[in-house]
Amino acid sequence: MQSSASTADGTVAPVPRLAMHFASLEVQNHAARLGMWLFLATEILLFAGLFICYGCYRFLFPEAWAASSRSLDLTMGTVNTIVLITSSLTAALAVHYAKEGKNRMVAIQIFLTLLMAVGFLVIKYFEYSHKFHIGTLPGRYYFYEGIQLPGAPMYFTVYFCATALHGLHVIIGMVVLTFSMVRALRRADFGPNNYTMVELGSMYWHLVDLVWIFLFPMLYLV
Amino acid sequence: MTPSSSIASPGAAPAHDEHHDHPNYLVDGTTIKSWLLTVDHKRIGLMFLFWVLLFFLVGGIFAMLIRLELLTPGPTIMDAMTYNRTFTLHGLVMIFLFMIPAIPAVFGNFMLPLMLGAKDVAFPRLNLLSLYIYLGGAMLALWGMLNGGLDTGWTFYAPYSTHTTTTVAPVLFGAFIIGFSSIVTGINFIVTVHTMRAPGITWFKMPLFVWAIYATSCIQVLATPVIGLLLVLVTVENLFGFGMFDPARGGDPVLFQHLFWFYSHPAVYIMVLPAFGVMSEIVASFSRKNIFGYRAVAYSSLGIAFVGFFAWGHHMFVSGQSTFVGGLFGVLTMLVGVFTAIKVFNWVGTVYKGAVDFKTPFAYFCGFLFFTVFGGMTGIALGTVSLDVPWHDTYFVVAHFHFIMVGATIMAFLAALHYWFPKMFGRTYHEGWGLVSAALIILGFNATFIPQFLLGNNGMPRRYYEYPERFQALNVASTAGASLLAFGFVIIACYLTYALFYGRAAGKNPWRSKGYEWLTESPPPTHNFVGPQPTYPEEPHFYVDPKKAEVPDAV
Repeated sequence: MQSSASTADGTVAPVPRLAMHFASLEVQNHAARLGMWLFLATEILLFAGLFICYGCYRFLFPEAWAASSRSLDLTMGTVNTIVLITSSLTAALAVHYAKEGKNRMVAIQIFLTLLMAVGFLVIKYFEYSHKFHIGTLPGRYYFYEGIQLPGAPMYFTVYFCATALHGLHVIIGMVVLTFSMVRALRRADFGPNNYTMVELGSMYWHLVDLVWIFLFPMLYLV
Repeated sequence: MTPSSSIASPGAAPAHDEHHDHPNYLVDGTTIKSWLLTVDHKRIGLMFLFWVLLFFLVGGIFAMLIRLELLTPGPTIMDAMTYNRTFTLHGLVMIFLFMIPAIPAVFGNFMLPLMLGAKDVAFPRLNLLSLYIYLGGAMLALWGMLNGGLDTGWTFYAPYSTHTTTTVAPVLFGAFIIGFSSIVTGINFIVTVHTMRAPGITWFKMPLFVWAIYATSCIQVLATPVIGLLLVLVTVENLFGFGMFDPARGGDPVLFQHLFWFYSHPAVYIMVLPAFGVMSEIVASFSRKNIFGYRAVAYSSLGIAFVGFFAWGHHMFVSGQSTFVGGLFGVLTMLVGVFTAIKVFNWVGTVYKGAVDFKTPFAYFCGFLFFTVFGGMTGIALGTVSLDVPWHDTYFVVAHFHFIMVGATIMAFLAALHYWFPKMFGRTYHEGWGLVSAALIILGFNATFIPQFLLGNNGMPRRYYEYPERFQALNVASTAGASLLAFGFVIIACYLTYALFYGRAAGKNPWRSKGYEWLTESPPPTHNFVGPQPTYPEEPHFYVDPKKAEVPDAV
C-alpha cells in the first residue's frame, strides 16, 4: 500500500495512488465510477419522489397548475436552462482536458462552470425574491391574489421543494468541482491515468443539469 | 469522493509484512484512536455490532414496557400518551437502528470481503463514514425521543404526523440521516461484489450470503432515497406547514402512504434477505453437505429484491385503492412467497440426508425455518384482499410481521453471532448454554406472538392502550412469553460476554466449515490474508464431490 510512486529525488510521479486492497489501477477507477453511477441512481430516485408528488397534484389540479405555471418568469427560466446546459459543456471539457493532462485548461473550464453555476443561483435568487414579494408561496404562506384557484398554493409547494432541492444539489456540485479545480491548480497532476476525480465531479454536475432539464418543462412550460 | 487515494491503516507498511508476525485485527493497534479511525472492515463491523446490540437493548426495553402495560385491560404502568410514545420508539429503534443495519452492517461488513477473497471493501473510508453517519442520525433521533418523543407510530402517517404536538422533526430528520448510512453501505457492497472478487470466484461461485447481501444492497440503494425525500417533506411539513400531505390544503395523505410504503415494504426485505443469506451458509455448514440448488437460491434473492418493489400496495388495501389494484398487489405479494418457498425447499433439500451437526446455529436454523414458513403463510393470507380487510390493523398483522420480519431476522442474527463468533473473536462459547438459550428464545417468541395471532383474529386492534376484559388472558400469555424471550437474551448476553474474555481458543475452523470465510485465520489478520492472494478452486461449501456421493454410503 501507499505506493505513491515517490522517486528518489522526492518528486511525485503524476499517477494516482493504488490503494492496497485493489488488484490494479483500472479496477480501482472502475470501482470509483461504478460507485458514482450508483450514487447518481439514488439521486434520481430522490427526485423521483418529488416528481410523483408533482404528477399526482397536477392530475388533481390541472387549472391551478396551468395558471400558476404562467405566473413564473419564462425568460429567466429559459436563460437559466441555457446557462446550466452550457455549464455542463464546460464540465465535460474539463474531463477532456484532464485526460490530456492540460491542468490549466481543466481549472479554467471548471472555473467557467462554477461561474455559470453562480449565475444560475443569482437568477434563481431574483425569481425567489419576486415570489416572496408577490406572495406565490407554499401552503399557508400563500397570499397572491392573482390566482385564486384551489391547488395554486400546492403548485408553489411543489415548486419550492423541487427548486430548493435542486439548488442544494447545485451548491453541492459546486463544492465538488471546486476540489477538482484547486487540485488542478495546486498539484496539477491530472493526466491520462489520473482523471477520475474530475470525471466523477463532472458526472455529478451532469446529473444536476439533467434534473433541471426535467424540472424546467414541468414547472415553466405546463 | 476519491477512492483513488490509498487508505491509511496502522502497522501495514509493506516492509513490515515481510518479516514480522501477522497480528490479528483485534490486537493490531490497541489505542482507542486505532479503533475509532480504523478503515478495517472487520473493526468497523465490530463497532457496528456494539451499537446495534445497544440499540437492540433499548428497543427491547421499550418492548417489555409495552407488554407490561398491556398486562391489564386498563392503565397498568403508564398513561396513554406515554404508551403511544413507547410503541413508536420501540418501532423506530428496532427498525431503523437495529434491524436494517443488523446483519448487513455487522456481518456483511465483516464477512463480505473475507468471502470474496478481498483485503477490504471497495471504499474503506466511506465504510467508516457510514458508521459515523449512523451514529450521528441515531444520536439526533434519540435526543428527539428523550426530549418529548413522538406518538405517531413508526409509520408516521400524514397528516397526523404533521399536526401532532409531539417532537416529530428531530426524530424523522435523524432517520433521514441514518438513511445515508444505509445508502453508503449499499453502494459500497455492490461495488465490492463487482470489483473485488478474488481469482476463481465467479458470480456463480460467490457464497450465497454474498448474493443475499448484494440483493439487499440493491434495495438499499434504490429504495432509501425515496423515504429520505419523504422524511424531509414530512419534517418540513411539520415545521413550516407547506401542506404537501394536508387535506385541508389540497394535499393527499394517500400519496404519503404510497411513497412511504414504496420504501418501507422493500425495507422488510432489507431486514430479511440478509437473514436468508446467513441461513444459506449455516444450513450447508451444519448439514455438512454441498449447497442444494445454489442457482435457485441465488436467483431467488434477486427475485425477492425485484418483486419486493412492486408489492407495497398491500399495506393500503383499505386506503381506497381500487379492487383491481388491490388484487394486482395481492398477486405480486404472493410472488414474494413463491421466491421464498424456493429458498425454503432448497434449504430443506440441503439438510436432507446430510450429516446434521446439531449445534446452536443449527437450532436457530430450525427456529428460523418455522418462523419463515408460518410467518410467510400468514403473509400470503394477509395478501388476499378479502382476508386482509377484517385483519387490517389488528394484532394479527403485528404477530405476522413479528414472525416473518423479526423472528426470521433475530434467528439469523443470533445464528450468525454464534456461527461467526469464533471467526470474529477466535474463541468458542459454551455449547450447552447456547442450545438452552436458543430453546428459550424460540419458545418465548412463539409464546409471545401466537397469542397475538389469536388476539388479532378475535378483533383486538393494534396500538390500543386499553382493551376489553375478554382479551386479558391472551395478553397475559403474550407478556409471559415476552419475559421468557427476554430471559433467553439475558442468558446469551452472559455466556457470550464470558466467552469473549475466557472462552476456549477456537482454532482456525472449529465448525470444519467449507465456507470461503473460514479459509483464513480466526480471527483474521489485518488485511485478511497472509502471503499472496488466495485462490478458490472449489465452490463454497464443497464437502464432497457429487459424483462420488452418488455411490451409496459414500458420504
